[in-house]
Parts: sequence; structure tokens; C-alpha cells
Amino acid sequence: MGKARSAGARGKAPGAPAGARGGRTRPNPNPFEVKVNRQKFQILGRKTRHDVGLPGVSRARALQKRTQTLLKEYKERDKSNVFKDKRFGEYSSDISPEEKMLKRFALEQQRQHEKKSIYNLNEDEELTHYGQSLADIEKHNDIVDSDSDSEDRGALSAELTAAHFGGGDGLLYKKTSQQQGEEGEKPKSRKELIEELIAKSKQEKRERQAQREDALELTEKLDQDWKEIQALLAHKTPKPEGRGGKEKPQPDAYDMMVRELGFEMKAQPSNRMKTKEELAEEAQARLRRLEAERLRRMLGKDEDERTKNPKHVSADDLSDGFILDKDDRRVLSYKDGKMNVEEELGGEASASESAEEEEEGSGEEGDPEESDGPDGHSDLESDVGSEDGGERAEEDACLVPGDIAIADDGGAREAARTELPYTLAGMVSLFHGFPPGTGVSLIARRQQFCRPRVLLRSPESYEELKSLLSGKSVEEQLLVVERIQKCSHPSLAVGNKAKLEVRSKLFGFLLEYIGDLATEDPPGLGIIDKLVVHLYNLCQMFPDSASDSMKFVLRDAMHEMEATVESTGRAAFPGLDVLIYLKIVGMLFPTSDFRHPVVTPALLCMSQLLTKCPVLSLRDVLKGLFVCCVFLDYVSLSQRFIPELVNFLLGILYTATPKKQSQGYTLVHPFRALGRNSELLVVSDKEDMATWQRRRLSLHWAAGPKAQTKTEANHTRLSCLAVCLALVERCVRVYGALPSFHDIVRPLRALLTEHLADSSRPRELQELGQSALTEMESHARLCRPLVCEKSKPVPLKLFTPRLVRVLEFGRKQGSSKEEQERKRLIHKHKREFRGAVREIRRDNQFLARMQLSEITERDAERKRKVKQLFNSLATQEGEWKALKRKKFKK
Amino acid sequence: MEREPGPGGARRALGRLVEAVLASRGEANAVFDILAVLQSEDQEEVQEAVRACSRLFGALLARGELFVGQLPSEEMVMAGSQGATRKYKVWMRHRYHSCCNSLGELLAHPSFQVKELALSTLMKFVQLEGEHPLEKPKWEGNYLFPRQLFKLVVEGLLSSEEDRSLLLSQFREYLEHDDIRYHTMQAAADTVARVTDGRPEVHLIFWNNAFTLLSSVSLPRQEGDLSSFYVKHVELSDKWKVVHLKEHRKAFQLMWLGFLKHQLPLRICKKVLVIIHDAILPYLAQPSLMIDFLTRAYDIGGAISLLALNGLFILIHKHNLEYPDFYRKLYGLLDPSVFHVKYRARFFHLADLFLSSSHLPAYLVAAFAKRLARLALTAPPEALLMVLPFICNLLRRHPACRVLMHRPRGPELDADPYDPGEEDPAQSRALESSLWELQALQRHYHPEVSKAASVINQALSVPEVSIAPLLELTAFEIFEQDLKKGPESVPLEFIPAQGLLGRQDDLCAQHFTLS
Repeated sequence: MGKARSAGARGKAPGAPAGARGGRTRPNPNPFEVKVNRQKFQILGRKTRHDVGLPGVSRARALQKRTQTLLKEYKERDKSNVFKDKRFGEYSSDISPEEKMLKRFALEQQRQHEKKSIYNLNEDEELTHYGQSLADIEKHNDIVDSDSDSEDRGALSAELTAAHFGGGDGLLYKKTSQQQGEEGEKPKSRKELIEELIAKSKQEKRERQAQREDALELTEKLDQDWKEIQALLAHKTPKPEGRGGKEKPQPDAYDMMVRELGFEMKAQPSNRMKTKEELAEEAQARLRRLEAERLRRMLGKDEDERTKNPKHVSADDLSDGFILDKDDRRVLSYKDGKMNVEEELGGEASASESAEEEEEGSGEEGDPEESDGPDGHSDLESDVGSEDGGERAEEDACLVPGDIAIADDGGAREAARTELPYTLAGMVSLFHGFPPGTGVSLIARRQQFCRPRVLLRSPESYEELKSLLSGKSVEEQLLVVERIQKCSHPSLAVGNKAKLEVRSKLFGFLLEYIGDLATEDPPGLGIIDKLVVHLYNLCQMFPDSASDSMKFVLRDAMHEMEATVESTGRAAFPGLDVLIYLKIVGMLFPTSDFRHPVVTPALLCMSQLLTKCPVLSLRDVLKGLFVCCVFLDYVSLSQRFIPELVNFLLGILYTATPKKQSQGYTLVHPFRALGRNSELLVVSDKEDMATWQRRRLSLHWAAGPKAQTKTEANHTRLSCLAVCLALVERCVRVYGALPSFHDIVRPLRALLTEHLADSSRPRELQELGQSALTEMESHARLCRPLVCEKSKPVPLKLFTPRLVRVLEFGRKQGSSKEEQERKRLIHKHKREFRGAVREIRRDNQFLARMQLSEITERDAERKRKVKQLFNSLATQEGEWKALKRKKFKK
Repeated sequence: MEREPGPGGARRALGRLVEAVLASRGEANAVFDILAVLQSEDQEEVQEAVRACSRLFGALLARGELFVGQLPSEEMVMAGSQGATRKYKVWMRHRYHSCCNSLGELLAHPSFQVKELALSTLMKFVQLEGEHPLEKPKWEGNYLFPRQLFKLVVEGLLSSEEDRSLLLSQFREYLEHDDIRYHTMQAAADTVARVTDGRPEVHLIFWNNAFTLLSSVSLPRQEGDLSSFYVKHVELSDKWKVVHLKEHRKAFQLMWLGFLKHQLPLRICKKVLVIIHDAILPYLAQPSLMIDFLTRAYDIGGAISLLALNGLFILIHKHNLEYPDFYRKLYGLLDPSVFHVKYRARFFHLADLFLSSSHLPAYLVAAFAKRLARLALTAPPEALLMVLPFICNLLRRHPACRVLMHRPRGPELDADPYDPGEEDPAQSRALESSLWELQALQRHYHPEVSKAASVINQALSVPEVSIAPLLELTAFEIFEQDLKKGPESVPLEFIPAQGLLGRQDDLCAQHFTLS
């Protein structure tokens, strides 16, 4: 109530002064009094305050005000009288008003008593009631207020009757005593009443507030409780029950049971087994998708996309950086694609794993660790059922009779237990479908590896792995690695971060092991060859740790090389392990990507190998050619250009050229035109040339020094040359489309023609060289002048309104907030100052006017008095003269 | 002299002999014994003898018991009838001479300690002899310095037989003194002239020693008072040449010119060129005299030409040198090895400076751009990352060359009109060509290079790219950068691996076997 009223008052408040000020609200102002300030322009949004004025009125008001204040002051300027309020206790707040009144009354009585009635013995003091003298009241006492008791009209009140008609004394007495009692209670003043009312309303308000707070608290508490319960109920009751849940009657056991059953997980329908065609089609689609993705990465499109965010540009775009709203039209989002890939990869890994399981046999069928599908527990059943195929079906078949028998017993629990074919009978029956002997051999194999299997958790250090693998034959090592790999499948350690971490280290250990194998003498290339498959699988499982350990290995190799280059200015070709690492990188990661966290550093590493390591021996040639092969394999899909590779092949060809003319080409570092190794690959022995047959180069030769006979060495030289020529041909084919292809291969061509001039070479080599040359010639020389892409024309600048926040009209914009405030204050001060000066001036004028009028008044008075005097004197004179004349006449 | 066994014994014996000689002139013949020990086989004894000589002749020099003035021959004085004191002094002066000579020979002693000791003793004699000159001053305030003795030292240092770099580094601390530096420069110039005089082939070791000595001479940059003298003088006279930096500069210039006018081995040449711009050229009285050496070096070709560029640049830039066909020669310097040499950063820094002028003709700039682009086809990635912005900067500076990357409605050609074999950039027809090489490099395997080359696909942005931070880029730095950045996720190969050598159609499998 109070609020509403105050709001109303506030609402009215601004209106009131406006009415007072403008005078427009007056019924009809005198049009001659109105002064209109004409505006030159109408400006939207500007509030005009002084468009209409009433000068006469305002002047009159000012005058009036001055006469009331200034004039009064002026008139009292010489007066020193001061008004003093001497009422008793007027300004002291510690006395209650009642007491104050009593005291005043007493004082007044005393004064009266003291002064007047000392000698007035008869005069009694006048008695009053409510400030009215009792004498007066007595006069009207008899008047009956007939209107007041309209309610009980006709019926006379007991009082009245008692008053009018006498009646018993008792009643009257009672009444007076009642009156006395009332008088003892003290009548409340109006102020007190109002105060009481206010206090009451305040109290009510407080109570209401307290009530509301209580209610709020209660609801909050309820909410919290509900949340606690909800967490428990979440998977069972999809719909929250709302607030009323508390009041619901406790459900009985039956209801609960029904609910539980209703929400229990239903057996999900398993997918139909896919036919072979469908599976093949799916696989193909997957490959297609992955290939498309690879292509996209190869072109490096998403890198550009990432750099420029708003890719869709509307025709109306002013290229002012203003974007209407976010464009969410994404064609093929990278992230999603990546996620899909990972899902797919997981599936694939599981598929390959299951395939291996099939190969290996079902020896571990009962092992819960083994049969655990990679896709988590939810579709475990279907997974195993569909993938394990025949054997599983067979197993089911043999289990059926037993199952039924036990089920007949009625022990459902027991039936569930027998699902696992732990019994020997089950095991034996599993091998029914296999050719005789398989089962036995499988069992034997299983027993053989019973011991290591116990230990087959993921090794936690490289030494552990090494101790597991050392001293075993190739097959055994492979089997151990396979087992470890299966045991360390990431799905087995879901949620167990530490475990997962340990398992992801396996890749690094295996890589280290491979490096060790490669540096052995002779290198264990056979095992590496097989281990690579496992490495691939592990990489699919733990891509991050795989990339990390690969990066680590590469950085190691580069560090080593950098150190030697820093100290000696050159570096030797690294060992076979680095070359194998580089090759493995190419197998684990897509080498065609525009930028790849592992492949790009690997490419740089190879480039360093080809540019920094001088070729000093046949072994270096072999290693260099291997690096070239790996390099070209890397770019086989993306067909990227490798200047170092061309240089290196040129250098190798040069070392194989016997009589050098050195025209039309320049050798680049690390090859030198002259020097010890400039004729490293030259074969002069005719016989060796004749007996040479083209063979593939063995990586063993690259590993360590091996005593070769002269003929063997010569044969190796020729093989190297053959490989080099083949690589040249490959380069020519790959780079044929490059714009300055002929400039790239010009030195190669010059050397090749030199080579061909030497006819003593084996025919095969000559053919190779010839084919490379013809391939070079066959590429058309087409030089189309370069033209820049048309850049987007810069759109015309349109006059877009510049939106600026308006703080105050007429004020200067564009400064800081403090500055504006300061300016505003300065302006205000100036305005006030001027106003004050004007007021003072007007006051002075007013005073001067007043003084003038006083003076004129005084003068007029004097004149009048003088005139009067003169008048009286004249009359006196006249009278005197008349008297005189009379005298004379007399 | 009876020998006592052991080094201690030798020292005691020598000490006694020195005491005896110093105590009375009658024992003077003991000097022969001391000098004899200088030729000893035993290293310890030689050291003791050197110390004894130092003490003996140091005292004699300080006492003034050596003959002053033009030294008459020994026999003449001995035969003559002068006073015994004069005879003694002349005789002792002769002993002093032989002592210095044998000390000079000891500078070639196999033991470094002996060498060091001999050097310090000789320098001590130089100091003492400077204070108590052994020649008569020709006029009042004549500046006297034991030039003969000092020349002996310098000649000992500039040996043709063995590398004296260790001893030279010891000698370097004497070069702090202004007078020693001045006389070293004179003596070195003399020695170089004497050694090379009339001999066509001088051993590399001598050049090495000479270069080490010459390069350790460094003049003060500011014209201050040259007052830190090794030989103490009572007061310095303004008339002396030693106190003027101008004279020092003259000596410095004479020394270097005398050194550089010879046919230096390439390695020394390289070393000189590396320091020439900040250790030699600023101190020469007339730097333009270096032009002969620099042009000769510039014409040698290869890395030496690249290095000579720096000195030439200073001459052209600061000393108004007019060099005909400078740009043509610079153009000739560009060959594939530019990207592989050690001084790549310095060369490209200078090339950038030379080509920064906007008054160069367009054909020249176009020829440079085209040449560099051609060379880029053989460059490693770290060089490419530098040279591609370099080429783009050239095109930015010279809008007339933009036809190289943007030639709308140009005729289709069947060969590149640019002639890479032409030595004159004006004849190379580079302006008719286009930068197809950069287009080829857009297919480079490294993503950054590919991006840098793709810049020419669009119209070039106006501001130049600063190549200063790219000059020193190494492959290892790029490698580290690549390892650090890259997409967060690691894409994986989807074709399963089969074996180490890969699939059947892979090159590795075609050309290599595991067996």
C-alpha cells in the first residue's frame, strides 16, 4: 500500500513542477504574455526546455519573491531584535510530549496564580476537558445526538433512560466508574494513534518477510534433498518427479518391483550378420572415405581453413570485419572426421586382432582377457558372437545339451555359470571341427607358453621387455610380443589411467628394441620385418604415445648429427637403425599430409642426411640410396618436389662417371668435383661388368663392414648404379609435370648423355639410362607465363552510419569518461556562476529601485510637509494681515 | 766449472757464478761458463742458465757496465791500449750480444717452457736496454729503442719451421704497450719482406705465424694519448713518432700491405678476409689501398669471393670506391654452392644490401631474381626459407620486375627465354621470363617452403619481409620447430603394414632385400 502510494506520488511529482513552470497547463494564458523562442531546426531527440516563456509572469514572480525575502531583510537591516522561543522544553527531546504538556500547564497555572489571583479569592480556576471549558460543555450536555444511534432507533439505551428517567443508582454508578476507568487508561492522542498504526503495519511486514524467507529456505533444502535422491534414481526414472515428490505416499514393494523390471535393461536386438558382399562394400566405403581424407590433408586445405575463419563471404559483405552471425555450414569437419577415423581404426584393430586369434586358434578361448572385445562391455556378446564365427557357434552347439539339462534343474544361476567353457570337456569339444592334431598341437603350444603368459603384463621398462625377448627364437619372440600386445589393449585398461600409460609405453620399448636389433651385427632384419606389423597395430592403439616416441627417436638422431656437424663441419651417415626408423615412420603415418607432426620432421631428417653426409664409401652410397628410396616412397602419393634428392642422385651418377667433362652441371654439397671419392662407383674391370647381374641391394651391406671380394664390390657398384638410374627414371616420371621440370633435370640429362657415351657398360644399365633420357625428352616444354590469382576487388566504401553513444547533447564527444565528467562539471560551474552573478545584479537593481522609491517618497513627504507649512504660514500670514487690515479699518 | 748433480745443484752453481761475476770484474770469465750452459741438452739446466743470464745482464745493464756507443770489434779493443774499464765494458758488451743471440736461438727450443722463458728474458732486456740505451743519443731527447734486439725477437717469433701460435699468444700481452706495438709492426714488415725476398715459395707455417702476429696487432680506435709504454721514459717528447697514432696507422698499413702483396695461400687469404672488415680496414691510413688485394681475392671465385665482398662493400660504401662491373661479378658469384657454404648468412646479408637500392635497372634485378630462383631448385629447405622471401623482396622493391610473376596475356613459350649460362645480366633475358621455379617449389615437400613459394600466387603485399631473422636459420632449428608445432591430433596410416620394406610396389621393396 505504502509503496504504491509513494510510487504514485513520485509519478505525479515530475508533472507538478512542469505545470508550474510552463504555464502551458494553465487554462488560457494571455497570448500577449507568451514569448516563443523560435527554433531554426528541428532536431530529433533533442529536448527543448526554453521554447516557450512567460516573461511577465516570471518577472512578477521574481519580484514577489524579492519583496518577500530581500525587501524584508532590507527593511530589517538595522533592527537587532531576535525572536526567541521560550516555550518550556520545546527543543529538548528527552521529555515526552505528555509530560511536556503537563509541565507547561502547571507553569501556566502557576503564573496565573501568582500574578492575578492573589487578591481574587472568588475567582475559581476554569476547568476544562479536552481544552473546552466544562462550563461550555455543560450547556450542551442535554442535546441528544439522535443521528448517532441510528442503529438502535426506537430502542432507548439504558444510559439514556437512566439519565432521563432516573432509574437505579447502581447503573449510573457503574457508568461513572467505567468512565473513570477509561480516564485512568489515558486517552490516546492522534499522533499516538498514527504511530501505533505505523508500527503495526511495520510489524506485519516484517512477519510476512520472515515467513517468505522460511518458505524459501525450505524449498532450497527440499531441492538439495531431491538432487541427492535424483542421483540415485537417475538411471531408473528418466522423469524427475517434481517438487511434490516428498508428499507422495511411500510406494510399496510390489510397485517398486514393477518399476524396476520396467526399467531394467532389455536385451538389445543384435545386428543381422552381414553378408560377405556387404562387408566388402563397407570396407571399400571406409577406404574411400579415408582416402578422401588423406587427399584433403595432402592438399593442406584444412590448414588454410584454420587460418581464415569466416570462409563463407556473402556478396553483401563490406569486408569491414563485420560478421552477421556465425556460419555453421561446415562441409566436412576435420574433428568429426578424425573421430570417425578413430572409431573405424578401433574397429579395424579389433578385426585384425580377431583374425589373428582365428589363426592362432582358440586355445585361449576361455581366457576372459582374451575374448574381451575392444569395443567395451556393452556389445561384448554380439561382438564375440559375430567375430569368432564358426568356432564359437560350434562351442555353443556342444554346450547346448548340458545347458538344457542344468536348466531343467531350475537353477538359472548355474546355467549362467556354465556359459564359460572352463571344463576340460568343453575345451576338448571345441576342437571337434578342426583337423586331427591341430587341437593337440594348440594345446601343446599353449602349455609351452603357460609360463610366460603369467608374466605377460605390459613391461614397465625397456629392460623388462628385453629380458622377456632375449634368448628366444624369432617365432617365440613374435609370439611373446603378440601376447603382450593383446594384453595391453587399451580397452582393457579403460578408466585406469596409470595402467593405460604403462601400456602405451610399449610402443617406445618395442621401437628401442628394433633399434637395438638393427645395430646388432648382423642386424636382425628378419625379426624387425615381422615386428613392424605389431608396431603398426600398437600405433593404431596408442597414436599419441607412438608419435611421441617416434619424435623422440628422430630428435635423438638429429641431435647426434647436428653435434658432429657443429664440431667437424660434416657428419657421417648414421647407422642402420635411423634408416629403419625413417622407413617405419613412413609405414605408420600418412606420408602424403601437407603437414604432419611426425612425418614432416622425418622428411627434414632425410634431407639432412642427403645434404650433410659426404659419401665416402660404398656403404654410404648404399645408405644414401636407401634414404632416397624411402624419400621417394614418402612422396609417392603427394608427388612433392625434393631438390636434395635430385642433387644426391646427380652426385651418385657423377661418382660413377669415368671420364668427366663437367659441362652443363654443377655438383652441390656434399659431393665434390675432385677428390678421393669422386670416382667411387667407377668400374673398370670388363670381366666384372660382363658377369654382373642385376640384383636387389641387401640392407645387410649397409649395416656393417663386410669383407667383399673385388668382384663382389664391383657388382655392388653396378647394382647401386642401376638403382640410381631407376630412381632417376622414377624422379623424371614423378616430376614431369612440374613447371620448370627441364631446368631441374638439366644436370641429370647432361650426365646421362655422358654416361651413354661410354658404351662399355652392361646393356641393362644402358637401357635404364636410355629410358630415363627418353622419358625426360618426352615431357613437353610448355612455359605459360605466370599470372597472379585475381585478388578480390576491394568493395566501395559505403556510408554506413557511425554509431556513437550519445552522452549529452551539445557536449564534445570522443573523450574519456573522466574527461567528459570534468568538462560537464566545469560547464555546470560556469552556468551556475553566471546565474548567481545575474541574480546578484538583479537583487542590487531591486534594492536600488527600492531605495530610490524610498527617497522619492521621503522627498515627496518633505515637499508635502513644506507645502503644508508654507500653506499654514500663508494662512497665518493672511489671517494676520486680515486682522491687521481689520485693525486699520477699525 | 764443476758440475753438481741434479737441477738444484746446477742452480746453486750458476747462482754462485753470477754472484762472483757481479761482485768482482776479475771473475768475469765465469760468464763463459754461464753461456755454455745455455747450449745444454738438459731442459732444466737451460732454464736455470736463462734465469742466471737474465739476472746477470739485467744487473749489468742497470749498473751501466756495458759499453755504450758504436761497438768496436773485440780484437781491436783487446789489442788496443785503452783503459781496462773500457776493455772490460766492450768485452762484456760482446758477451751480452752472444747471450742475446743464443736466447734468440732458444726461441726455437722444443720445450715450450724454455721458449717462454727465453721470450720473457729477451723482453726484459728490451725494457732495460730501452731505459739504459746502449747507443749514444745523437741529440738531446733523441728517441732510442733497442731495435736490433727487438728485431731478433720478432724474427724468432716468425719462424718458418714450426707453428709458434702458443708463443705468439704469449707475446700478445706485450702488444698492449704502444711502443712495443709500433716496433713490432715495423719489425714484422721488415721480417716479412726479408723472408719473402727473392723466394717464390714460402712455407705455409711462416704465413700462419705471420698472420697470427699481424692479426693480434690491434690499434686503439680513438685518437688518445699513447702513453702506455713498455720502456719507461722520464718524459715523453712530442717529436717522437711513437706517440702519434698517425704514425702507428702508417706502420700498420705498411705492415699489412707488405703482407698482402704476396701470393698468399688460400687458407690465409680466407682468414684475412674474415677479419678484414672490422680488424684491418678501419685502422688503415688509406683504406683504398686495399683495393688491389680485395679485387684479386674477388676474382678468385668461390667462398673467397663471397668473403671479399664484405671488404669491397666497406670500400664502396665508406670510401667512395668505384668498382666497374660490380653487379656483373656479384651475379657471377651466384652458383649452387652459395646455399651450402659456411658464409651463407653474411653473403645474403650483403647481397640484400647491394640490391636494396631502388635505382638499379629492372633487367639487373630481374636477372638476379631469376638466377636465385634457378639456384633455389637445388637448395636445402633452410636456405629456401631464406631465399624465397629474398626474391619476393626484390620484386617488391622493383615493381617493374613484377612481370616475372604476373604477365597477363603473355605469349605461351616452349622454352624459358632466360639464359642461365650468360654472364652478363643484361643479356640474360630475364625480364622476358617468369618465375616458374617458384611455381615448382610450391610442390616442395616441406610445408613452410611450399607456403613461402605460394606467395607469388597472389599479388605481393606491400611491406617487405625482413630476412634478417632467416639468415642464420639452420635445418636443425626448422626440425625443432616442426616437432613443436603441428596439428594436435596425429593422423594415422590406414593401410596396414606388411613388412619392413613395405608393399610390393614400393621403391624400397623393389631395390632392396633384407637378406
